[in-house]
Amino acid sequence: MKTKALDQIKRYPGFFPMAVLCLFLLYTPLVIVMIYSFNDSPSITLWGGFSLRWYEDVFFGLEAAKLRKAAWNSVSIAAMAAICATTIATAAAVGMVRSGAWRGKTASFALLNLPIMVPEIVTAVATLIFFSMIGFKAGYATILIAHVVFCIPFAYLPIAARLEGIDSNYEQAALDLYATRWQAFKRVLLPLLAPGIISGFLLAFIISLDDFIITNFVKGAGVETLPTAIYGAIRQGIKPNIMAISTLMLLVSILFVTVSYFVGRNGEKKHEG
Amino acid sequence: MSGLVEKSSFGGLRKPLLLPAWLTIGFFLVIPVLTMLVYSFLTKEFRGGVLWEFSLAAYDQFFFDRGLFGDEPPKIEWTYINIFWRSIVQAAVATLICLVIGFPTAYFIATRSPQTRNIWLFLITVPYWVNLLIRTVSMKFLIRDTGPLNHWLMQAGIIDSPIHMINTNFAVQLGLFYSYLPFMVLPIYASVERYNFSLSEASADLYAGRWTTLRRIVLPSVKPGIIAGCILVFVPSLGAFLAPDLLGGAKTFMIGTLIEEQFKGAAGNWPFGAAASMLLLSLVMVVLLFYASSQSKQALHH
Amino acid sequence: MKTMFKTVTTSAALAVALGLGSTAAHAEGSLSIYHWFEYIPQDLLDKFAKEHDVEVTMDTFDSNEAMLASLKAGKLGSYDVAVPGDYMVEILANEDMLDTIAEGELANRGNIEDKWVDVAFDMGRKHSIPYQWGSTSFSVNTEVYKGDINSTSVLFDPPAELSGKINVLDSSGEVLALASIHLGIPQCSTDRDQLKALNALMQESKGHWASFNSDGAKDVLVSGDAAAGMIWNGFGAKARSELATLEYSYPKEGYIVWMDNVVLLKDAPNRANALKFMDFLLEPENIAAVSNFAQYSAGVKGVNELLTEELKTSRESNPPADAPAGSFIQVCDEPTQKLYEQIWTNVKK
Repeated sequence: MKTKALDQIKRYPGFFPMAVLCLFLLYTPLVIVMIYSFNDSPSITLWGGFSLRWYEDVFFGLEAAKLRKAAWNSVSIAAMAAICATTIATAAAVGMVRSGAWRGKTASFALLNLPIMVPEIVTAVATLIFFSMIGFKAGYATILIAHVVFCIPFAYLPIAARLEGIDSNYEQAALDLYATRWQAFKRVLLPLLAPGIISGFLLAFIISLDDFIITNFVKGAGVETLPTAIYGAIRQGIKPNIMAISTLMLLVSILFVTVSYFVGRNGEKKHEG
Repeated sequence: MSGLVEKSSFGGLRKPLLLPAWLTIGFFLVIPVLTMLVYSFLTKEFRGGVLWEFSLAAYDQFFFDRGLFGDEPPKIEWTYINIFWRSIVQAAVATLICLVIGFPTAYFIATRSPQTRNIWLFLITVPYWVNLLIRTVSMKFLIRDTGPLNHWLMQAGIIDSPIHMINTNFAVQLGLFYSYLPFMVLPIYASVERYNFSLSEASADLYAGRWTTLRRIVLPSVKPGIIAGCILVFVPSLGAFLAPDLLGGAKTFMIGTLIEEQFKGAAGNWPFGAAASMLLLSLVMVVLLFYASSQSKQALHH
Repeated sequence: MKTMFKTVTTSAALAVALGLGSTAAHAEGSLSIYHWFEYIPQDLLDKFAKEHDVEVTMDTFDSNEAMLASLKAGKLGSYDVAVPGDYMVEILANEDMLDTIAEGELANRGNIEDKWVDVAFDMGRKHSIPYQWGSTSFSVNTEVYKGDINSTSVLFDPPAELSGKINVLDSSGEVLALASIHLGIPQCSTDRDQLKALNALMQESKGHWASFNSDGAKDVLVSGDAAAGMIWNGFGAKARSELATLEYSYPKEGYIVWMDNVVLLKDAPNRANALKFMDFLLEPENIAAVSNFAQYSAGVKGVNELLTEELKTSRESNPPADAPAGSFIQVCDEPTQKLYEQIWTNVKK
């Protein structure tokens, strides 16, 4: 009786259609691009029947070698940047969450999150100017360094959030039983923290993969990532093969969210149990 | 044991644990921003590049108009101020639209059963993980004059000639809204989820109407989530590059495109680009400080 | 959970290892090109790479000025060759950004057409070889506008049908030169009234323009986003082949002619390969492939018989008899150029 009344109070007419509208808006452009990537006609809007020719073009066409290289750069940079950022962020999370109160903690928190707070275009400009001033030649390495920096907070936030939810009695008990700090971390804290670390890693990976602005500023001669290559291509017009690449990247993203979703859920269950 | 001691099992290792993060961000972000500040006071070299001579020319160009030949008495230069103002308005409107659609959505999701909630959350998160460039391109494809939207509307006989949307402020607006909508939904969802619904119940018991309860009870309680969502949409919208670049034309310059033009385009005016970036950064910092102070006020209240 | 974590880390580590490995696997040498967008067929690059066992990388730019700005901003030393237009060769040479090709370093130097050897922007071809030449004017969608298109007024004082549907190249050199032609004033004017008039013209015309876009110059016309647009002749020919109602204009006031050139950049990391590439592009067969792809004219002997019939007869490559001669863009001195830069800055704001 009571729950029913509460349910009534909780509900607002119009909120459900709004939520449906929200999903509709979010998905329409993506779904349309997905559909048109299978369009047989080279004319971009007229439907000419179902075909996989643009996918064939992506993998075996004239631009295939270039795209493969760009994709490889994207993935390898994202993997390395995410590993570095996750390692740095894990250490930082332990250093922040398990260090009690100290002067400058707020400042340290602000510093760790600075890459999120500074607008991307400003980070891009600053990094470009800095590398150019110290004479560091733009190339693969400049992209990698820039990516590590802006990935740190994205890795840090899920890890720190997870760590805050873990009772410190666990590692305290280990320490009381004469485990070294390293052992306590590795044997006790790390397994408990793993879901947070994986979420952080995946988030950092996808953020690095996603980045266009900063990469575009700091990339060197002849080095392209997928976003910069796609941007270069679409400046000259949206072609069907771009839609095929977009659809493929869309699928990769969905795969990633799914993995991170299940990791998150597993972690929660395990922790509760 | 006090809470403080309890949570400091790695207190002694604080510095070595935090040092890598401090150094990386300090060396590759803080120092670069300071370098950028220095560059904004340098002299632009003829045909691009910088000379290491102190100059206020970049800021002067931003704020003052001295005529074509540079010999007229300085007038206020409204162009760049207008570009900043336009960016602020565009970002604010995008934030507002995101809020209008995002809040009901977040509220709706948070009041579902845990199982359906997860499905909804999943559906909202997926677009956020999709490459921003691809999302913007999709939008461009959809709304261009010869795009599917106009095509269908014409086929259905609703319009006779295509609605011209590309290269307008509206298109940029749509792009910004589309880019950052998930940023609004997720933080609001998180705070509605924590909201104690017995408060709504109590309010209803006191004969408050549904909408009064929403306005007087729910909204104040989830305000932190709303503010966080607004900031997450407003700040990136302000410096956005892809939406104005791909969806806007010559007349829809925003801060992001203005800055990019100085570095990647033909302008080659690094000091001016650095100055514009510094001004953007200051603007964002003001917004964030405002947020931080409202947060700490909130903390004091509780 | 633990296995999952391990899988993720291992695969990531593997990715890193492979990534480092792939960058280590190099061809004999490499060549780094800084080129205009969509201006060389990929299979020609592949052919060069294969013939000389060289790994070719290419970055693209969309205006001479953008290329200059990027080279000045620290990219000099990253590229071996670039492809600037005529006036930009002169500017690069003045800025000491070009290397000199010594006598005898290019085996195919004799293939250059005689009229393109002693050119004003590079006397005796010390730094450059011809790439392609053509004209810059604009194309109009004749379905939207049925009047006379052979006047620069279409861009600078457009008829009502075209107002707000015009795309302009994002290139100060070409836009300001064409605007000067429209006004009938010299390109490097020092006359205050003429400069004021130019500035006023640009401010007024800007209201009629929808976008500044060079790399999308063809697409905006074909897709219908614009109904008239400044464009290079070859790009215009490509646009027409996709949308037949587009017509390339030869304005009675005049238009721009240009020649793009492959230059040897200073501090080229692979100087020897750069010279090989230049020799490669002086082979009639190879440069003809560029012409057939990009629809411009080459400056090399023996190319003509290798061109497609379409290119030989197209309106874009064959100005009508009554069209005036085009003019090259001139290089202004520093104080004058600064005023033109100011006018352009005013346009872009």
